[in-house]
Amino acid sequence: MNAAVCLGLPSIANLISRMPGGIAQGIIWGIMALGLYITFRLLDIADLTVDGSFATGGAVAIMLITSGCPAWAALIAALLAGTAAGLCTGVLHTRLGIPAILSGILTQFALYSINLRIMGMSANRSANPDTFKLLITMRSVPKAILTGAVLAAAIVAVMYWYFGTEQGSAIRATGSNPNMSRAQGINTDNMKLIGLAISNGMVALSGGLMAQYQGFADVNMGRGSIVIGLAAIIIGEVLCDAAFRKGCEFYMRLLFVIVGGIVYYIVMVIILWLKLDPNDLKLFTAIIVAVFLAVPHIQAERKSSFKMAGKRSLNGKA
Amino acid sequence: MLKLDNICKTFNPGTINEKKALQNLSLTLKPGDFVTVIGGNGAGKSTMLNAIAGVWPVDSGSITIDGINVTGECEHKRAAYIGRVFQDPMLGTAPNMQIEENLALAMRRGKRRGLRWGVTKAEREQYRDRLKGLGLGLEDRMTAKVGLLSGGQRQALTLLMASLQKPKLLLLDEHTAALDPATAKKVLDISDSIIRENGLTALMITHNMKDAINHGTRLIMMNEGHIILDVEGEEKKKLTKQQLMEKFAEIAGKQVESDRILLS
Repeated sequence: MNAAVCLGLPSIANLISRMPGGIAQGIIWGIMALGLYITFRLLDIADLTVDGSFATGGAVAIMLITSGCPAWAALIAALLAGTAAGLCTGVLHTRLGIPAILSGILTQFALYSINLRIMGMSANRSANPDTFKLLITMRSVPKAILTGAVLAAAIVAVMYWYFGTEQGSAIRATGSNPNMSRAQGINTDNMKLIGLAISNGMVALSGGLMAQYQGFADVNMGRGSIVIGLAAIIIGEVLCDAAFRKGCEFYMRLLFVIVGGIVYYIVMVIILWLKLDPNDLKLFTAIIVAVFLAVPHIQAERKSSFKMAGKRSLNGKA
Repeated sequence: MLKLDNICKTFNPGTINEKKALQNLSLTLKPGDFVTVIGGNGAGKSTMLNAIAGVWPVDSGSITIDGINVTGECEHKRAAYIGRVFQDPMLGTAPNMQIEENLALAMRRGKRRGLRWGVTKAEREQYRDRLKGLGLGLEDRMTAKVGLLSGGQRQALTLLMASLQKPKLLLLDEHTAALDPATAKKVLDISDSIIRENGLTALMITHNMKDAINHGTRLIMMNEGHIILDVEGEEKKKLTKQQLMEKFAEIAGKQVESDRILLS
């Protein structure tokens, strides 16, 4: 502990005291990452709508709560608002033929104005936990962790069920092989539409939780959330593969996305504890995601690459 | 069972890449017809199958399957009547999903996909029996991802998927072309028995003259987007590879002739 003090860092006790807050935020972002998992892993679409729909969820939740709506109803409204955003991206992509990534960017761009309108043209709206009854708040972190964990577990259970049904299987098939899906009579456009809608609904729900947790909604709160979500997904997958070498059930993969979110936030807490500038966090996140995305490629290269083949051929001669 | 009436399709019309792929193509299949389709590259064989499957709309003409005019229906709607196996073994199955999940997807072809469980226990037993029939040992690997299977295994699985929900029409687009000769023969034998056992009406494209003669009940040869030879029954049985090659050479000769006129 004294070593840390010698280095000019706050004590280890300080680090430990910050951990629960990191875990609570990690769970909330884990729910966001579960939403992103639907588009990124199941449908094979990089959906940039989430940067906007996360803030939409926060804005809708805070505005409804401050106007006297119960927190749970506000969360459901946030979910519906996110679903509408996802549908918008889906229509741009499947009905109007705009590439998925551009459709997401367009919706996200438009949502900035819409989010400002939701918040009455104010960039920032707060809900004081003393005045309003919030579902989850940083004033009481243990309760926030418990509420978050129960919600996350419920969402994993629903996702496990849904993607095991006929319709959920059709969505997975669409992401795996659209040609085959159409040949088997699956309306791939509609499956993408449903997937994008559910995904953004969950992202907005997570945004609504985050806004309550921090006590305010901000028009910029979703900026870069796709990268944080990807970080959670990828960290979760790496840990899951390490834990279950023989592969595991789908619900375990989903649970590990939440674990990924928690691990990501614990790393962030440590970075902040190290007194690094918080403005550099986005740089660190981007580096972490880039490294984890590159790992499978680098591993494959290590097993077989032209460089190695060239070396082997020379060694063979000598 | 299938009626193509004066189908035309031109790709990239009005551009330098314009290609008249199908020209007044007409074809009628009786129930139980197993037709092998041959023809040179660009003759319109795959284009005909894609037109039937509804990959894109045709320019003119009508497509009728079992009395139902499907010309205006899109690919996933027509899938209710059609089973398909593609040339590329990668195309017919979902690689990230299990063997039984792929079969379950095929089992629901043409049906509404609701919120019932995606694979039921009763189906699983049925799939196990059907997979045993292929004789590839896949019945013991039903929860394995299809991405782990070889090309031949995938084509056999795709064939099974295409016939699980009895189709009015089975379309085989050079489905053995990407396989080694031994595997190709095995997949072809499986195709034969599936078509025979279920009494399916089928169209099979092949580049192998011998296969075209030895399999099926009817043979058609295509050139420049329409049918130039159509034989069945005893006449087909008497066909020889030699005759088909001569016919091919005849067409090719005509083309060389017209090229010569153009170039001179």
